[in-house]
Amino acid sequence: MAPSAQRLSSLHVASFVADGALRFDGIVPRALSDAALAELAGGGPPSPFGAPPGSAAAAWPGRPLAGLFHEWPALSAVLELPAVAGVIESLLGPGALYDHHYAHVIAPRNGWAQPWHADAILDPRPTAFDIQLCFFFHDTPREMGGTMYLPGSHLRRVNEFAIARYQNFVGQEAMACPAGSLLVCHHGIWHCGQPNRTDRQRTMFKLRLNPSVPQRLLWDTRDLRDPLVGKILSRDHGWYGHEVRLEIANRLRLWRALTGDPHYDVDFWLTRIENEPR
Amino acid sequence: MLKQKLLILYAANSSPESPVGAWSLFDGTGRETHMAGDGGEPPYSSVVAAMRDGWRVIQMPQLREAPRGDEHAIGFLPYEFVLEKMVEA
Repeated sequence: MAPSAQRLSSLHVASFVADGALRFDGIVPRALSDAALAELAGGGPPSPFGAPPGSAAAAWPGRPLAGLFHEWPALSAVLELPAVAGVIESLLGPGALYDHHYAHVIAPRNGWAQPWHADAILDPRPTAFDIQLCFFFHDTPREMGGTMYLPGSHLRRVNEFAIARYQNFVGQEAMACPAGSLLVCHHGIWHCGQPNRTDRQRTMFKLRLNPSVPQRLLWDTRDLRDPLVGKILSRDHGWYGHEVRLEIANRLRLWRALTGDPHYDVDFWLTRIENEPR
Repeated sequence: MLKQKLLILYAANSSPESPVGAWSLFDGTGRETHMAGDGGEPPYSSVVAAMRDGWRVIQMPQLREAPRGDEHAIGFLPYEFVLEKMVEA
């Protein structure tokens, strides 16, 4: 861990397990946000997405994140902010690996909403996860769209746009936020870009990172036994109806993996069905 | 000429009386365009409430047994009701 990184608490990580996302408004100072936006507007760094084989950008995926953005000092500084580095290290541990990045630029007066989807392809990993950092370096009011995401959707395994038939959910959240805000998502989160009804261009910088170590007790665990953890893991987001107990069971399994505690439970949900006297 | 509007409601359980958690609307008349994230509240509190407003149910969700060994798997919303209205256009 970098000495200055500000690690997440257990309550933060429990929220990530329950919601699949953590939101940090204004985590990047305004001047640094402006500088990062200028670097993106200047065309760099090139994304490996669609990059020609053999190009420098195509060789980035799988490399350690540390130092990778050194030619873009503002973006490097963003990732090295103690609060940002702390989020990354709390969820992925030291030595996070770069997966890909992309600057999503939405033109002014674009009235089209991207359909709901999950990124990449259906991911069969039972507990390990990647994170996606979505930076909003300029003010993003609701009429500018922002990214819409569905809290509690990350453990529902779907393949990309297979969920495009859905339009609205009780509890959906639009990332309308001040400049310098960050949304950190589990790789499985359901999300969609929203229309930009302003006269200004919207930019969202997305960075996907992979773990290189087992994701176990990587955060500030001093509050690990806080009873609020169980309440957070039991959240009902409202849109999945009477499947909430299945949601909780899946979160409990992820929490057990993250903490190394194979007996952790809430309301006896898993303990009851693991009881098979012989 | 009659044209079709489709309303898809995702209910809390298999009962058409249960609360709606998600919804979609597709308008074959071309008068309305609906898209991801454009709604704040469900258009109806339940499938039955939509039926009372003239929507016809054309598909009920099948009830499926949980696959053995994967009983807690979650994915798509299972209680999808498809409704239609035929309107002059």
